[in-house]
Amino acid sequence: MQTLLIFMSAVLVNNFVLNRFLGICPFLGVSKKTDTALGMGVAVTFVMALASAAAYIAEYYLLRPLGIGYLYNIAYILIIAALVQLVEMFIKRSSPSLYQALGIYLPLITTNCAVLGVTVLNRDNNYGFLTSIIHGVGAATGFTLAIVLFASIRERMSRSNIPSAFQGFPIALITAGLMAIAFLGFTGLIKV
Amino acid sequence: MNPIKILKNGILDENPTFVLVIGMCPTLAVTTSAINGIGMGLSTMVVLACSNIAISLLRNFIPETVRIPAFVVIIASFVTIVQFLLQAYLPALNAALGIFIPLIVVNCIILARAEAFASKNNPIMSACDGIGMGLGFTAALFIIGCVRELLGAGTLLGLTVLPEFFPRTIIMILPPGAFITLGFLMAGLNAIKSRTRLNRSRIKEAQ
Repeated sequence: MQTLLIFMSAVLVNNFVLNRFLGICPFLGVSKKTDTALGMGVAVTFVMALASAAAYIAEYYLLRPLGIGYLYNIAYILIIAALVQLVEMFIKRSSPSLYQALGIYLPLITTNCAVLGVTVLNRDNNYGFLTSIIHGVGAATGFTLAIVLFASIRERMSRSNIPSAFQGFPIALITAGLMAIAFLGFTGLIKV
Repeated sequence: MNPIKILKNGILDENPTFVLVIGMCPTLAVTTSAINGIGMGLSTMVVLACSNIAISLLRNFIPETVRIPAFVVIIASFVTIVQFLLQAYLPALNAALGIFIPLIVVNCIILARAEAFASKNNPIMSACDGIGMGLGFTAALFIIGCVRELLGAGTLLGLTVLPEFFPRTIIMILPPGAFITLGFLMAGLNAIKSRTRLNRSRIKEAQ
């Protein structure tokens, strides 16, 4: 029950993009088309689940026994960089078409702060192994939900008449703001 | 290129927030008040300047193929140092900025400057670039923080500015306010830019 609550809270209440401001760069950068947005979401979900597990193992079986817990930041970013490289090689072999579609955004998952953010949050909240993974998957699901919704809005918006000063980033940011107001409606839904 | 020009480039011509539009996560997340904006901006500036100097000094020793992981480790080390300094001397600010201090590692500004500037220029130039970019980032965060604090809480840097009867718009301090404030600020800048461009072309025509 507790784990289900953590999952739902990461998806809706504390949505990574709209409430915690993690992963804004891909949210604004890869949200022009719904298909690529969905592909990005799936790739991020995969990396975040793996990163949560790997960071947990590193934290409790490597850093803490050696008494170098304070180096967690350096260790986590290296783990994530290595994981992204692995995922990239895996996708390149297994599905060249998805690899082509994701293009430059695949290596950039390393600098997606949502991935490092979820591992640091897991550590700060002292989540267990399974809880960490569920929190990672929940956060990534929330990211996917937000980016796909946002991409659909932007697809429709590209055909509308926008004042020249608001074209590009300004209108995208205001749209995201309105979405964030909608997501505020979930506040108080779950108390963890 | 002289150092002053590099400083100005970072603050105005290539302002990381308003012109390059990178490093958005901390920009939106910590600007609930002007003072948090300054704190985040200066922390980022210290990391940026130090990592730029270190990378510039090591630029001839780091092999091309492993440069990105090497840069990331250098940046992460400086972030850890800054985090400890904040914990020790400014615990309140550290608590307010929270998770976004360790996340300076993945701030795209720092890696972008390492790759685009520090790995190609000497340490003094790189330090100027880091300070300029850092000041530009701090200025942007300060402006956004001021707008949100003023409209949301009626205060500026903690001092009450707006009279009691003026309504406080709480939404400006909540997450949606960040997106909306930045959206309108960017639209305003775009409008000013297109107007100056129009004026310049008119002056040219008149001549």
